[in-house]
Amino acid sequence: MSATTSDASGSRRSTTAGGIAVQDLRVSLTGRDVDVVDDIDLVLSPGEVVGLVGESGSGKTTVGTSLLGYARPGALIERGKVLYGDRDVLGLPWQQVRQLRGEEIAYVPQDPASALNPSIRIGKQIVELMALRGIGTAESRLEGARAGLAEVGLPNDDDFLRRYAHQLSGGQVQRVALAMAFLPRPKVLVLDEPTTGLDVTTQGMVLDTMGALCRSHGVAALYVTHDLAVVATIADRVAVMYAGQVVELGDRDQIFRRPSHPYTRALLDSIPHLRQARALAGIPGRTPAPGARPEGCRFHDRCPYAVEACATTLPQLVPVDPGHDARCIRVGEIGTWDISLGTVPDADPGRQRDVILRIEDLDVYYGRKKVVHDVSFDLANAEVVALVGESGSGKTTISRCVGGLHREWQGTIDFEGSPLGKGSRRRSVSDRKRIQYIFQNPYLSLNPRLTIEQIVKRPMELFGIASGRQATDKVVELLEQVALGPAVLRLQASRLSGGERQRVAIARALAAEPDVLVCDEVTSALDVSVQGSIVALLEELRKSRGISMLFVTHNLALVRSIAARVQILNGGRVVESGSVVEVMDSPKEEYTRRLLANSPRID
Amino acid sequence: MVDVAALPDALEEVAPPASRHGAAAWGSWLLRRLGLAVLTLWLVSVLVFVATTALGDPVRAILGKDYGSDKARVAELEAQLHLDQSPVTRYLHWLGGLLTGDPGSSIASQRPVSELVGANVVNTLVLVLLAAIVMIPVAFGIAMISANFRRRRPDTVIQTVMLAMAALPEFVIGILLVAVFSTTVLHVLPAVTLSAPGVHPWNDPKTMIMPVATLVLAVAPYVSRIVRATLLEVLDSDYVELARLKGIPESVVMRKHALLNAIVPGIQVIALQLAWLAGGVVLVEKVFNYPGVGNQLVDSVNNHDVPMVQALSMIIAGVYVVVNLVADLLSILLTPRARTAISS
Repeated sequence: MSATTSDASGSRRSTTAGGIAVQDLRVSLTGRDVDVVDDIDLVLSPGEVVGLVGESGSGKTTVGTSLLGYARPGALIERGKVLYGDRDVLGLPWQQVRQLRGEEIAYVPQDPASALNPSIRIGKQIVELMALRGIGTAESRLEGARAGLAEVGLPNDDDFLRRYAHQLSGGQVQRVALAMAFLPRPKVLVLDEPTTGLDVTTQGMVLDTMGALCRSHGVAALYVTHDLAVVATIADRVAVMYAGQVVELGDRDQIFRRPSHPYTRALLDSIPHLRQARALAGIPGRTPAPGARPEGCRFHDRCPYAVEACATTLPQLVPVDPGHDARCIRVGEIGTWDISLGTVPDADPGRQRDVILRIEDLDVYYGRKKVVHDVSFDLANAEVVALVGESGSGKTTISRCVGGLHREWQGTIDFEGSPLGKGSRRRSVSDRKRIQYIFQNPYLSLNPRLTIEQIVKRPMELFGIASGRQATDKVVELLEQVALGPAVLRLQASRLSGGERQRVAIARALAAEPDVLVCDEVTSALDVSVQGSIVALLEELRKSRGISMLFVTHNLALVRSIAARVQILNGGRVVESGSVVEVMDSPKEEYTRRLLANSPRID
Repeated sequence: MVDVAALPDALEEVAPPASRHGAAAWGSWLLRRLGLAVLTLWLVSVLVFVATTALGDPVRAILGKDYGSDKARVAELEAQLHLDQSPVTRYLHWLGGLLTGDPGSSIASQRPVSELVGANVVNTLVLVLLAAIVMIPVAFGIAMISANFRRRRPDTVIQTVMLAMAALPEFVIGILLVAVFSTTVLHVLPAVTLSAPGVHPWNDPKTMIMPVATLVLAVAPYVSRIVRATLLEVLDSDYVELARLKGIPESVVMRKHALLNAIVPGIQVIALQLAWLAGGVVLVEKVFNYPGVGNQLVDSVNNHDVPMVQALSMIIAGVYVVVNLVADLLSILLTPRARTAISS
């Protein structure tokens, strides 16, 4: 699917007829002189998809909604123009802005499951705007809705139109949102991370549909996302945002082959590849929030190339190549970038394996419903085994059984030769201590009333490893291992960022001195640069402490970089298993091939 | 170009909702809820009976210090209350009477309870119904205005006033209304309801205004605050943001997108409040001398009129159960997720 882009690049950038142009946009917090985004210039031409990439807090969604003349409560569009034809969206009276929305400039929301009204039938919701504006007749609108649903590959019979959002799957809801945005035939489309949370297969389908629709209808699309791999798949041009500014802007190939801003390079370095294992690296520090952004170049305090001048000079976007700009004063001096930088050999499939955990004929039930069928695999010392699958494949269910969180299973889970009980209450203290679980969402897995010190200390007291002063010393030591300073000891989790919270969760698991870590999608709630540093941390722990890990994920590229063996799951069964190199380089099953083909990639 | 038509059949992703058994599923849901309602009422009847007659000696309670001196009256009461029979027999007898519409005779007046209670129950129900008809639009309207101006001056003022009204006991509101409209300031409305026995108070509509107004003022703040809080939550939701970004006018966003999803918690609060009102707001009825259930219940308790207390308690419990059942039904009908969960 990556071969469908970047033709006719010559005429694209010069004209804004039908497209939209953002000029010198600044959005600030209401009542404070603090910018959320600043100095944004973007041009979107008809039929072009521009990817707007950034991590959380970079202001990418703010830029997206300002194209519709909208700022979230608490923010204010302070300066700038959004030129649509000869009109400035930001300068128009609000009645006319509202008139533009939907009909001319449409928006596809981030999480359509919550963005479709739960109490209005989808058929009605799709045509709502046109009905309100009196466009066409009831029949013609219904006709349009049916055609639109067919266009996005959904059924369009009466039964489907009468459904509510909760009666659709995630992918269906997303495509309904697309059809709804496309129905009034807008000229500009803002897509706000519309595939986050979808399975790769569904994501592939939605991206294909979206790209096809934009190009065939000549729509100028802004695709807002944090996922560089998705952008590499869909976008014609890419703008990379950091701390409220566009730091690099160029054609897709320029951005991915010759990234020129240190931040773009660091982002690319933190992404795992499907083709080859990599030593992932995070970006040190954290993304500054509005109001806490440094003087001069906003990235200088995290930048490996920073010199003194970076802290004082406010860099402007300077051309690197024709149509390729970067906001860095040292852009000519920092050398070239190579995609294979950081590549490491894949885990050796022939390594001697000393099995510590063996799962045999595992069947798992929820009530009377069997959700996992006859799964067998094993985990060796100092080895990472990945459980990969789409949602509903049973990967988390299996990990919960191993972790003692789910009791309704049959079969055997052997830990060093002796069977583990069903549920943690039936396990010995030593079994509980030696198998630790790390949860997906660090925003939910830490008790908000306890301090970090209490959180990390708790397993030590529980298992009698240490107490009192000695325990506090060990907490400091553990926090240091997960790259957190002793300053966080007295803080509560709400003061920490997502990546820092996940580090605390890892430190808590390590406090029990485990031999097996069950990692349930531990990086999927985090930004890619944070994911990079967490993966690096886990790899370091595996090497230095010989910890084995069961790594649950939906991200195949991540598997390549972290795991030695992989189990591909589908519908509660193991479809294919083996060493990562074998399975990913020469997949035997059709399902595995399809997963690999649908995974967005930058390599 | 990608071939969109080649996408796999999306219907496979989610099984279509089974609507064939919809009616049957609704029937069984309703039957189950009705069964639970009957069970609740039966439990209430046991508790009411035990509390009023089975514990202690009701005759001694009724006669007080006359118990020792008036042997004839004691015998008469014991006969009327069937105290010679076992409590179980008496309970079954009473329950049978309740079910056949004959809850016995009043001890105080010796007239059938059903005759005495009927008019007052109707009076109270009419009062509550009128209060509800006025209160619901007022409460929702205030909530919408307040949510529209969220955390700005008008919202703050409305919320302060609402909180103050919620904090005032309802009889204080009644007395204030009386002072303003009937006695001290103006003399436009009658201060009390003076209706002859057997004549309903709404035959003179003017007398209804202040009792209804008092109840509305007592209940509307709660309802309005809950609806406002839910509305604010809904207005922050992604689907309201999408509706705005889709170009839907603000008034339609408020009415169709926000209110529809904020109405359910409102219904539950309204149900609780109405049931509470139907139980008789004694103090309000006292202030206006309104011939309602609350007044009658207090009188009956004072007179140790056991059959009256039992019958009134059962009626109040019945209103609670019915109102809550209706509220649950409405909530489910207005929540598509819950509604489709039942019919599939």
